[in-house]
Amino acid sequence: MKQIYNARVVSNERAVDNLFRLVVELDAPLYAMPGQFVQLKLPSNEFTLRRPFGIAAFDQNHLTMFYRIVGRGTEFLSTVGEGTQLDLLAPLGNRFNFNVEEKILLVGGGVGLAPLLSVARMFEGADALIGGKTAIEAELWRNEFNGAVDEMFIATDDGSLGAKGFVTELLPDVLARKNYNVILTCGPIVMMSRVASIAREKNIRCEVSMERRMACGLGACLSCSIDTVNGRRKVCKDGPIFDAREVLFDV
Amino acid sequence: MSDILSTELCGIKMNTPIVAASGTFGFGEEFEDFVDLNRLGAVAVKCITPKPRRGNDGNRIAETPSGMLNAIGLENPGIGLFIYDILPRLAKRNFNIIVNISGSSVEEFAQLARALDRDGVSAIELNISCPNVKDGGIIFGTDPKAAADVTAAAKRSTSKPIIVKLSPNVTDIVSIARAVVDAGADALSLINTLMGMQIDINSWRPTLGNVTGGLSGAAVKPVAVRMVYQVANAVDVPIIGMGGIRSVEDAVEFFLAGADVIAVGTANFSDPSSTMRIADGLESYLKSRGLNNISELVGKVKVSP
Repeated sequence: MKQIYNARVVSNERAVDNLFRLVVELDAPLYAMPGQFVQLKLPSNEFTLRRPFGIAAFDQNHLTMFYRIVGRGTEFLSTVGEGTQLDLLAPLGNRFNFNVEEKILLVGGGVGLAPLLSVARMFEGADALIGGKTAIEAELWRNEFNGAVDEMFIATDDGSLGAKGFVTELLPDVLARKNYNVILTCGPIVMMSRVASIAREKNIRCEVSMERRMACGLGACLSCSIDTVNGRRKVCKDGPIFDAREVLFDV
Repeated sequence: MSDILSTELCGIKMNTPIVAASGTFGFGEEFEDFVDLNRLGAVAVKCITPKPRRGNDGNRIAETPSGMLNAIGLENPGIGLFIYDILPRLAKRNFNIIVNISGSSVEEFAQLARALDRDGVSAIELNISCPNVKDGGIIFGTDPKAAADVTAAAKRSTSKPIIVKLSPNVTDIVSIARAVVDAGADALSLINTLMGMQIDINSWRPTLGNVTGGLSGAAVKPVAVRMVYQVANAVDVPIIGMGGIRSVEDAVEFFLAGADVIAVGTANFSDPSSTMRIADGLESYLKSRGLNNISELVGKVKVSP
């Protein structure tokens, strides 16, 4: 059941550049599934809306999220200190769909890797294709995924770590090496759209984690509607995870 | 449940004088984990139009200082699906349902009002104030004659109470209020959103796909209180007051200004249980002032002559 938790900030640190790792301790146990998200209320009356964040890891009363500073809200969040009490609405949305016998490939770019981390940590044996702008960012994710996945492939924009280029350029090579049953992807829409079309060519099932501006997070306000082959769907409630063949990518 | 908050609006018995505002509360079900729907005075469900609407493209919301802009564009499943799929489901749940409707012509409003003259509907709210669609909505809400025509046509077509939701995007809201009351409106809702705009200074483009949107939230509250006060002093029908209510203190201002019932909108987004919190606070407030019922607060603002 969805509920409001009191979340005490355990740590809120800069991981690399403008990417932060936020760990909170909840006042009650949270039972979530990989792919779900939370809506965090910023502790200031200046903000009217909550901010949605993917769940990167959770165990009982602890929850880990990653965020990039992209606007006033995340800028403010980055100043929130240890011990601060936050109001957190969770768990929201649906989950990634797969069964444990399937060989999973996680494909993510940047902060989009956060929700994929929860898959890796909960179910052993997945592989991960990690994309980052720079070596320092890719290294962060390599460390986070280390030990949670079987094999890792890395691509950086400048080639300073792993292959040079986008994950989508490396993806066909990765797919040629093993038989994957399913690809789970999260990141920039251009990346996910390309991953989806490669998966389709290779006839591999693919699930995408969509992102839209949202207000309620409960399926009421319709701020986050997207076009799908099944008509308009809400990212917050029908998603954020969709079968890639369902989404009409507008890129 | 004590009677201190119980009230009546156009014959609808309400356990509290607190309504969930249309467009912010879905069909009510979405908030069941946080709200006892029967404790609400009513849920004004998402606006229904004759045909399904896909709504606007691009960004649909933007946060602003103490508020937000929205330009959803009345995305909804259409009256047919609402009546056959959604309403029967809602009717089982035992809460008052106000159906907010919008058409692109006087005749469409009348058709919708006729279609909703059925069990499970407590009242019909005419949305003549949506700033985010090109065909209808605010066109009817900014001209007293057009507003009166729509009201009269809807009123003739149904036995349900007709509530008219007024736009603040007018020079004189009192003249619109008088026109719709003379045309038969049973109650008024005010205010809808104030038309606004935000521009991204990096891309030089409007933030919203629809270019303009409706401003709501705490930022609009003083405008709303003023309009409720002016309209309450000019007409004799009950008023559902809304605009930026997030706390019991905000709600009390609206009752004092002349609202018989208040509605909570944008605050549902940051606190899904805000209506319940306001109900609890209102009960305490009334007791602390030695009042026996919410009606004793309505219109009691002291304005020296």
